[in-house]
Amino acid sequence: MADSRLVGKNYVTPDLVAKVTGKAKYAEDFRAEGMLFAKLLLSPIPHGRVRSIDTSAAEAMPGVRAILRASELPAPADNVTDLGETIRANPKAERALTDEPVYAGEPILAVAAIDEETAAAAIEAIRVDFELLPFVVDPLASLRPGGPNPRLEGNVWGRAPVAPGQPPAPLDIQELKWTAADFAEYDQGKMPMGKPQIEWSYGDLEAGFKNAALVLDETFSVANNQHHVLEPRSALAYWQNGKLHIHSGTQSAVQTVASISRWMRLDAADVVLITEYTGGGFGSRATGSVQCMIPALLAKKANAPVMMRITREEEQAIGGIRPAVHGRAKAGFAKDGRLLALDLYLVGENSAYEAQADAASGGRFVSLLYQPEAMRSRAITVLTNTPPRRAQSQPGGLQAIMIVEPVIAKAARKLGLDQVAIRRLNAPEGKAKVGPANAKGERGYATSAFLKNALDMGKAQFRWDERKARSGQRMGSKVRGVGVAVSTFVGGSTGFDGLFVIKPDGKMYVQSGVGNLGTESVFDVHRVAAELMGMPWENVVIAWGDTSQPLPWTCVSGGSQTAAAMSRAAHAAASDAAAKAKEIAAKVLGGSPASYQLADGRVFSGGRSMSLADVARRAIELGAKYDGHELPDDLNKVTATAATAMAGQGLMGVARDTYPRDGASFSFVAGFAEVEVDIETGHYTVVDYTAIGDSGTIIHPRAYGGQVLGRGVLGMSHALSLKTVYDQHYGLSLTQRFYQSRPPTILDVPRNMKWEAVNIPDPETPTGVRGIGEPPVAAGACAILNALSDALGDDVYRRAPVTMDSILMALEHGRPMQAPLTAHI
Amino acid sequence: MSHDDANPMLVTPASVSRRNFIKGVVAGSVAVSSAAYLFRGSTPLSGQARSGSVERLLTLTVNGQTRRVDVAPQETLAMTLRYKLGLTGTKLGCDRAECGACTVLVDDVPRYSCSVLTHAVRTQKIQTIEGLASADGTLHPVQQGVVEEQGFQCAFCMSGFIMATVGFLKKNPNPTREQLAHGVSGNLCRCQDYDKILTALERGAALSREVARG
Repeated sequence: MADSRLVGKNYVTPDLVAKVTGKAKYAEDFRAEGMLFAKLLLSPIPHGRVRSIDTSAAEAMPGVRAILRASELPAPADNVTDLGETIRANPKAERALTDEPVYAGEPILAVAAIDEETAAAAIEAIRVDFELLPFVVDPLASLRPGGPNPRLEGNVWGRAPVAPGQPPAPLDIQELKWTAADFAEYDQGKMPMGKPQIEWSYGDLEAGFKNAALVLDETFSVANNQHHVLEPRSALAYWQNGKLHIHSGTQSAVQTVASISRWMRLDAADVVLITEYTGGGFGSRATGSVQCMIPALLAKKANAPVMMRITREEEQAIGGIRPAVHGRAKAGFAKDGRLLALDLYLVGENSAYEAQADAASGGRFVSLLYQPEAMRSRAITVLTNTPPRRAQSQPGGLQAIMIVEPVIAKAARKLGLDQVAIRRLNAPEGKAKVGPANAKGERGYATSAFLKNALDMGKAQFRWDERKARSGQRMGSKVRGVGVAVSTFVGGSTGFDGLFVIKPDGKMYVQSGVGNLGTESVFDVHRVAAELMGMPWENVVIAWGDTSQPLPWTCVSGGSQTAAAMSRAAHAAASDAAAKAKEIAAKVLGGSPASYQLADGRVFSGGRSMSLADVARRAIELGAKYDGHELPDDLNKVTATAATAMAGQGLMGVARDTYPRDGASFSFVAGFAEVEVDIETGHYTVVDYTAIGDSGTIIHPRAYGGQVLGRGVLGMSHALSLKTVYDQHYGLSLTQRFYQSRPPTILDVPRNMKWEAVNIPDPETPTGVRGIGEPPVAAGACAILNALSDALGDDVYRRAPVTMDSILMALEHGRPMQAPLTAHI
Repeated sequence: MSHDDANPMLVTPASVSRRNFIKGVVAGSVAVSSAAYLFRGSTPLSGQARSGSVERLLTLTVNGQTRRVDVAPQETLAMTLRYKLGLTGTKLGCDRAECGACTVLVDDVPRYSCSVLTHAVRTQKIQTIEGLASADGTLHPVQQGVVEEQGFQCAFCMSGFIMATVGFLKKNPNPTREQLAHGVSGNLCRCQDYDKILTALERGAALSREVARG
């Protein structure tokens, strides 16, 4: 799109004026006639079983309209994928309510009443008799011989062995303990490495270490990070004519209908989701929140609309946490800094529910990012009695990179190499290899990688050499340091559908099934379609966020998929409509379809021209494929239903993304930071930050910059401040509010951060776009960590976040003073 | 009206007895950390002044209009705005003066409306995000600055940031970027889009000065 008018240009998104005037309605901003309010009864203990519940006093209270127990939830339904594959429901997975709480704060039951005070009074009047059960909040404590289990059955997910040729056994909870010998070096702060759940490798690891000029063996811990979405997951639900109407924040509109229908055991056609605005997700509500079924079921029971407002404390319990990961990395480097061998072991901390893949997947990103010549990756994910882990921006990639980046920084110092140079030397390029080999012995690869360009741009933009010259110099009690870090994550999926209609009023009506969580991809991707159609942007009308409208099959907005996946789908739909428009023009005006072009709302060839409004009229007359009465066979059934509902209204663009793609899409970021540390107090400030993205073509620069720097600051929060703290003795959270676990404020980050982008189109996608949501995170986190060690030297910290007291203690004692492996301190 | 006690559908003023009130206080003390978040939407006292109680029917000045509204003594301004006056542009992110999403202007001073009792501001001028734009739809310069720079992502924090900025600019019409950052440092953005936010608010400050100059 060399001479594009829309792609690559800033514009005012269609939701922005509603946002600045307060007219944008989030879930809790809706009202319904006769609306009741719900309150939750939360578990006061980290693990137990309900022996009995006495609700009689609550039921007798005036104004109490319904009480919902866990036993009344529909049984979990199997998930039938788009490809017709059935994924069996996991009976031990997280549900909206439970009679066997596995973390403190887990919802046990809910009350609906005429107002919140009455509902809260009813909750207080309910007597629950719990049987206390053993619990554990530290994953390594659970792995010790005879260590406590978070669930009665054990502490890890696994599958029972089956005879050869039999289908695999269902996922279930098992017990896994390491040996006392595995823990021999624990007290020296070295992470024990007992039996893993996952192991892969490639290359000759031993030879790599043997040939290395430098071998490092480092243990590092990355803390939990609550998602802290600013809009709590409140929801309003009511039933009309047998359909469930639900107002709830989610990252994905179309795909959340699928999950709600599964939770509620309803036909998807009987679920109407209104989600035009969502106050942050960061992975914690990729396809909605299971708790939204509480007001839905209460509304059915009470025969009235139910609003469930979630408090901040409740949000911190149910809203999601990025899993902490303990890691150990043994790395062998050649004299020039080339990474010859990497042996990585990651221990992921999990709730007692579904396992997040952070630890299991982390090694894959590291294998791509530093291209080690030989690598082994091992991982285990351990269940604990702490709140549900959910994917958070750059899941797994962030933690693994945070564990390896400080090792690279230390190696450069030991070998006397420049920090940018060592990363450039090891950086992936082009169709760089990723992960282990498949059964055929072939390793997968990226569609493209231009990380070296990003490093070069950042080095110049940040004035790296100039700043490096002054790093380490004392100014009174202050010392400065500079850090660079690289990062990667997946950047797009394929195979989704695009849908729009150009009507006789000359306007292009685009149906967007993407959720609106603020990245603006819900609108941005359709700039690609408008560009191809030659449609002026002011004539584009986008429908979004209300699933009673016809919407096409759309990716989950998570893992930086949307910009790539849905711009491909938009491109496919626009190519379909453009071809139809040219055929119509040729029929009406003569000439061959191929001779026609589209621009300024017209289709033209030489002096012959007609408006797209006229094309739309002709399309309705012609019917068949032109106005959507005949549809491509390969559409998802969700799209086919939506397109059928829109048929006959004008020229339809509808298609599935079937464009080829050689390799898997990954995006990259290089981050550069300067910090100033006061060695008398341990306090430090981030003086400057610059990030350069490599994610193909940029559709919307301002939105892109918001992601590169905004996600970068989320990453900085991992270095600066954010963690969870659980009381080891009682298993209770001590980080339930912002003041106990505070995300960075505007004063915690530099006042003038900068971003740029390589902006080289990805060769494996027609739009050139890769996603950018995830890789800025580790770049921000690790640039700060590396700048700190540049200022203070190695071995000041062994876990993140790096707090004032840990710096001060380490400087005083000449070595790290934190226990590196204890969870939640 | 004692028969109404038996019918939860008909909660009348008389049905809220001293016993129920005390029960409410007890429940409130048990769940002390979430008391202010609780909302009594059914307004059982419906404005009747009783001996020793506070006059509930207030006349508030909100966005230049006087609004008669029935307000419980313990009701926060955020709840009155959101649930009695339909002004849902004011958001609740934490309900405990930690995030600033609920910031409104009270006599031109930015206040966390989650932590202001409505009765305490009965004589003051209240301005919310809905009251910034002109009647003809012309945006306030700070709103316009945000639109021009695509400030904010999810925007749940946005009305709080904008109100804090409008209040700050009333006393500091010509702030540096650094000063403006301090002016909105009581507001959290978890999309962490601070750089773009600050650029947008700076643009808003510049536009405000242009408007002031005419």
